[in-house]
Amino acid sequence: MTDKIKIKDLNFHYGAKQALKNINLSVKEKEITALIGPSGCGKTTFLRCLNRMHDLYPGNRYEGEIIIDGKNILEKGLDLIKLRSRVGMVFQKPTPFPMSMFENVAFGVKLMGIRKKKEISERVEKALRDSALWDEIKDRLHEPALSLSGGQQQRLCIARAVAVEPEVILMDEPCSALDPVATAKIEDLMTDLKKYYTVVIVTHNMQQAARVSEYTGFFMLGEVVEFDFTRKIFTAPANKLTEDYITGRFG
Amino acid sequence: MPVIDRHKADKAGDALFKGVSYFFALLVIVLMALIFVVLFKESLLSIRAFGFKFIYTSVWDPVAGEFGALPAIWGTIVSSIIAIVIAVPVSLGIAIFLTEMAPKSLKGPIGTAIELLASIPSIIYGMWGLFIFAPLLSEYVEPYMVEYLGFIPFFNGAPLGIGMLPAGFILAIMIIPFISSVSRDIFQMVPPILKESGYGVGATRWEVIRKVVLPYTRSGIIGAVILGLGRALGETMAVTFLIGNSHRISIALLDPATSISATLANEFTEAVEDLYLSSLVELGLILFVITFIVLALAKLLIGRFSYKGGNL
Repeated sequence: MTDKIKIKDLNFHYGAKQALKNINLSVKEKEITALIGPSGCGKTTFLRCLNRMHDLYPGNRYEGEIIIDGKNILEKGLDLIKLRSRVGMVFQKPTPFPMSMFENVAFGVKLMGIRKKKEISERVEKALRDSALWDEIKDRLHEPALSLSGGQQQRLCIARAVAVEPEVILMDEPCSALDPVATAKIEDLMTDLKKYYTVVIVTHNMQQAARVSEYTGFFMLGEVVEFDFTRKIFTAPANKLTEDYITGRFG
Repeated sequence: MPVIDRHKADKAGDALFKGVSYFFALLVIVLMALIFVVLFKESLLSIRAFGFKFIYTSVWDPVAGEFGALPAIWGTIVSSIIAIVIAVPVSLGIAIFLTEMAPKSLKGPIGTAIELLASIPSIIYGMWGLFIFAPLLSEYVEPYMVEYLGFIPFFNGAPLGIGMLPAGFILAIMIIPFISSVSRDIFQMVPPILKESGYGVGATRWEVIRKVVLPYTRSGIIGAVILGLGRALGETMAVTFLIGNSHRISIALLDPATSISATLANEFTEAVEDLYLSSLVELGLILFVITFIVLALAKLLIGRFSYKGGNL
């Protein structure tokens, strides 16, 4: 397996506060990498570095390197719009836009400059099939996205991210607002998605990390305590802190 | 040890509080109704004399005792529309700048300046309009407007610096603070992760604003615009200074016109005959009804366009 993303000595500051310290890890191509750790440990902060979402707010600062396909994305003057269409994101709550289901999925496609109606609807259909939503909503694509259930909304958001055909999909606790049935569907979906995409997921749910991911990183206080194969982290962690966390001794 | 039973006293206090709150709340409705009744009663004389003709005839001749309200109604509505057409884009631009683009060091000062603009009394806008703005318009703007845009009937008329268009301009300046500060508050309520979702699929700032922020806030923005419209419809002093006070209907917007509130402000002191006075009161009644209809429409529109469901 090749490395899709290589992070070297990454430090991140919110203004004067350092949130990430010397992060070094590699994300493998077309695999699911899970990030776990207690609240406030920096896992979401780390995830948001990967598509430079932090740049939307003033006063944030990166040091080090994040290398995607050999190119450091922390370089000055990088085209953030292009980066974010290569590195898509799904959020901790469903975030459908106030428009129809079709328009939601077509949103990013149209931004890419695709104008032909036929091509747009083909890509929307493909994204919805990839997100296992097509059969459920194909007859009411032009109804408002907000008429869907929470789980369907979240899959719609995944379809919206998938429709622009990114290389990497970042998921920030994508199931935290969903019930167990909807969660199971999203987890199935993740395993399907890794055929085509590199997936990085932040989760509070350790069973989820164990179920879906190949690699797991354990974060604490802004540092990576341990990064390894998921089965190793959950069966024979090298670090005492990791063991304490996954066995529920703190958290 | 004696047990003090506070329970009863609490209950009585609660009931009293409830009663007082009810009373004040109902007072609003009672006041509304009373104003309407008084206006209606005082305008009965004019209603009996002219009937519906009052609304659609345009002769306003106090000497002959003939009164038609159409020019005043026309002026009220048209000057307000001009104001809205100018003020809405400007206000939305200000609000978007303040919420999405302005650095922190500018947000505060500009926000405060806008709120201060809203607190300037309207008579000051009127004086500024008459003594500074109108001469500038008649000198440097209106002659060229007539010359180059005069083929469009709207942009024609006497370049006096006072008239329908100048009144609309000044109204626009007066309602911009309202619309922009309310819209700013509404834009601030858009959940950050909704905007991030837009950026997350590669949208630019403009695309996020146009395709995510504006649709999400549509109903609130309509409300803000209607609030501005409500204020423009009833605005009196600034309009009285600038509209020209002429009971004529002209499609050329540079021509002098009048509005309901300007007519009232100008003519109340001169109205000695009962019929004249009653006609003026009926004008007031009409303004009351127009404002009521506009606000009712706003409520309907907000219901229609509101963001349904979705708990972000």
